[in-house]
Amino acid sequence: MQNLRIVPEGDSSLLIQFEQVISPSVNQRIAAAAKLIKAQQISGITDMIPTYCSLLINYNPLVISYDALYKRVESIVRMESHQEAGQKKIWEIPVLYGGAYGPDLSTIAEHAGLSEEEVIKIHSGTDYLIYMLGFLPGFTYLGGLDEKIHTPRLASPRVRIPAGSVGIGGSQTGIYPMDSPGGWQLMGMTPVKTYDPARETPILVEAGDYIRFVPVSEAEYLDIKAAVDAGTYQVRVRKGED
Amino acid sequence: MGFRVIKGGLLTTVQDLGRSGYQSQGFNVGGVMDQRSFRIANLLLDNPENEAVLECTLIGPTLEFTSSQIIAITGGDFRPELNDDPVPMYTAIYVNKGDVLKVGSARTGRTCYIAFSNYLQVPVVMGSRSTNLKCGIGGFKGRKLQDGDYISTRIKRRKYLPYFLSRTLSLHEFDSNSATIRVVMGPQEEAFSSKGIDAFLNSEFTISSNFDRMGVRLDGPFVESKTGSDIISDGIALGAIQVPAHGKPIILLADHQTAGGYAKIGTVVSVDLPKVAQRRIDDKIRFTRITVEEAQHLLKVQEHEYQEFRNRIHKPCKEVLEVRLTAQRLEKLFV
Repeated sequence: MQNLRIVPEGDSSLLIQFEQVISPSVNQRIAAAAKLIKAQQISGITDMIPTYCSLLINYNPLVISYDALYKRVESIVRMESHQEAGQKKIWEIPVLYGGAYGPDLSTIAEHAGLSEEEVIKIHSGTDYLIYMLGFLPGFTYLGGLDEKIHTPRLASPRVRIPAGSVGIGGSQTGIYPMDSPGGWQLMGMTPVKTYDPARETPILVEAGDYIRFVPVSEAEYLDIKAAVDAGTYQVRVRKGED
Repeated sequence: MGFRVIKGGLLTTVQDLGRSGYQSQGFNVGGVMDQRSFRIANLLLDNPENEAVLECTLIGPTLEFTSSQIIAITGGDFRPELNDDPVPMYTAIYVNKGDVLKVGSARTGRTCYIAFSNYLQVPVVMGSRSTNLKCGIGGFKGRKLQDGDYISTRIKRRKYLPYFLSRTLSLHEFDSNSATIRVVMGPQEEAFSSKGIDAFLNSEFTISSNFDRMGVRLDGPFVESKTGSDIISDGIALGAIQVPAHGKPIILLADHQTAGGYAKIGTVVSVDLPKVAQRRIDDKIRFTRITVEEAQHLLKVQEHEYQEFRNRIHKPCKEVLEVRLTAQRLEKLFV
């Protein structure tokens, strides 16, 4: 394996550093490695944190030593390079763009010199790779936002952005999983709960998956919202080729 | 069955070892700041290792019990009183219906832990009873305790604890206002200049007032990085020491974010994390490096120590022994 380094981070975590660049191929290798390690069910591993270009593994050193875990993990990561890339998993997230649901859509359009419809078309026309989750539970760091609609953050952040808001902050786009202060330009709202502590899987998506935003009308938005509140809504997942 | 919160204290929350398994989704583990004191509190009552407790910060709560049970208080010395009489720390204490426990302000340390023989009745959320303040979940209504709250406790089948009188440990773990903290260097040690690493390992740092459940910032000499200390965000371990561009180390504690973009010069070893969590503002600390193998050995030694504590509190105390001796002597008279 080239460009790979395994180092301790304290006595209860092990860090696998891949090539230190932000790229879909490196990130996909990490997602694949995390899946393989998970599948091995190595006793002692308590948690894994895949990020842009590294994978942190937390473990209980009373169950497995650093040395033993290093050996297990190294052989798995080596094996991973021979694996075929799998199908990509695309979460279709319905979004009601503009109006009261996306108060900054006009700002984004103005900044880009485009119409609001063109901004929506661009924003909903790409599968975004989830590089990692962090900052807030379920907050996705997405890659692939078209440069044409990059928009600087608000000069003064909002005190409270409601959960489900979809926005753009500089070169990033994403969904606020919970009410939070924030400085992103808000372009729309999804009725889907990307984070719900009462749900069996509190957070829907995983690093390595993709998100596709699907524009919906206000009527559709309200229907979906009612279904979400009733607990009957299933987010559509599409399989795609890498 | 339970207790009324007469005064909530500064920051009193329900905690256990936290919510692991969700960090890949941005969900921090949280849990108690000082795992050692937590473990010993439950140990004194023969509770399960991960039973939820109250974590008190700097100024403790005042509780009125509505049923009798057994409690134990560990950690920093918060000068607890039961019905206005001082009660010892690190000791199992009987409380009766109507008793008022006043946990004072910290004379030493920063947090103390109250464990209960009748377990705290709060829901398990994502595998834990810990309070996650940022998300408002877990613990008691997802928040710190407030004046007037009522916490129910579950009745435990066992009505008494054996060896009750020997359930005490004379520990004064957080009396000193200086400490040497052992670290495993890395994972981004190479991001720092030799001057920066020298400053980190050979100087005294001061605990600043930037200290909360997320972490603590240290004042002291500038810890120099080679070319700025920004990295591509990666995962953060409990106890990791970030050094942002301002050159002041930040030790990340229970409520730290799961990932971050500052280089980490080293990570505090597990057995020394309680020492960090129990530091007070203006305390002094120094860092010294050890290997990961040494750190893991220390953790095993600590496990043996817990076992030794358990053996110690599971011995009949002298008085009981003497009664038995007396009985044996009496028996001989009649044989």
